[in-house]
Amino acid sequence: MPTTTIDSHEFHVDDEGFMTQYDEWTEDLGNVLAAQIGIEMSDEHWKAIRFLRNDFPERGETATLRRVATVGGIPTKQLFTLFPKKPAKKMAYIAGLPKPRGCV
Amino acid sequence: MTITETAAIIPSFDEDESGRKLAIICSKGNLDMAYPGLILANAALGEGVETHLFFTFWGFDMINKKTMGDLKFTLLGNTATHMPQGFGGLPGMTAMATHQMKKSIEEIGVPEVPEFLQQIVDSGGHLWACRMSADMQHLEADDLYDEVEAIISASDFIEKTDGAQLLFI
Repeated sequence: MPTTTIDSHEFHVDDEGFMTQYDEWTEDLGNVLAAQIGIEMSDEHWKAIRFLRNDFPERGETATLRRVATVGGIPTKQLFTLFPKKPAKKMAYIAGLPKPRGCV
Repeated sequence: MTITETAAIIPSFDEDESGRKLAIICSKGNLDMAYPGLILANAALGEGVETHLFFTFWGFDMINKKTMGDLKFTLLGNTATHMPQGFGGLPGMTAMATHQMKKSIEEIGVPEVPEFLQQIVDSGGHLWACRMSADMQHLEADDLYDEVEAIISASDFIEKTDGAQLLFI
């Protein structure tokens, strides 16, 4: 498993760069990861990321976009505005979680 | 063993602006045949692919306000259920099979057809209704799901989806 270093944070990632160790993540690192993919974090961004972080240990998998919308209470349209084009993957990346495996 | 990379590993999300487009033609009105198009459209939108759905013939049932919430699944003619075909013709079997399928779909957190269409629209998807089907069934825009952008001809759809990959379902 490779590690990568961004802004002097060193952490384990998969081949694509998604973090693999839940506990290596911090909100600081979340900001750093977001900046790597051109996203400046606002309170609304954090609401989604915190939902993903809290949901993961409970479910054992990354929430899909639909789950963030229906359970997390952030409308789909807004998710596409906050994390353009590929919201589910971008959110997972910033939250230090694997890509969602669910289809919907 | 830990391999330390010198360059940071960062996923490439939108570096490759490929302009990929997907066109999905939904021509079936059975519950089980409504879902493949919806699921693929939703997946494509989640990957940043411009997606257009064209509803035609029986697929009109997916956007007709009167039928969209009440699509059915039947065992008849569907050998993949692995049940004797005569069974499917018994009274109440279609209702039972439909109920069962809806339950399985709900259990995995997948929405019903109208809500799924809304999710697709909220994700930036485009819904189009087929002109000929509307004429045949004497339906107008008001009879169709509000998020359908317009009733258009087959040629209009082909024009709108220039360069798109196409799925016929």
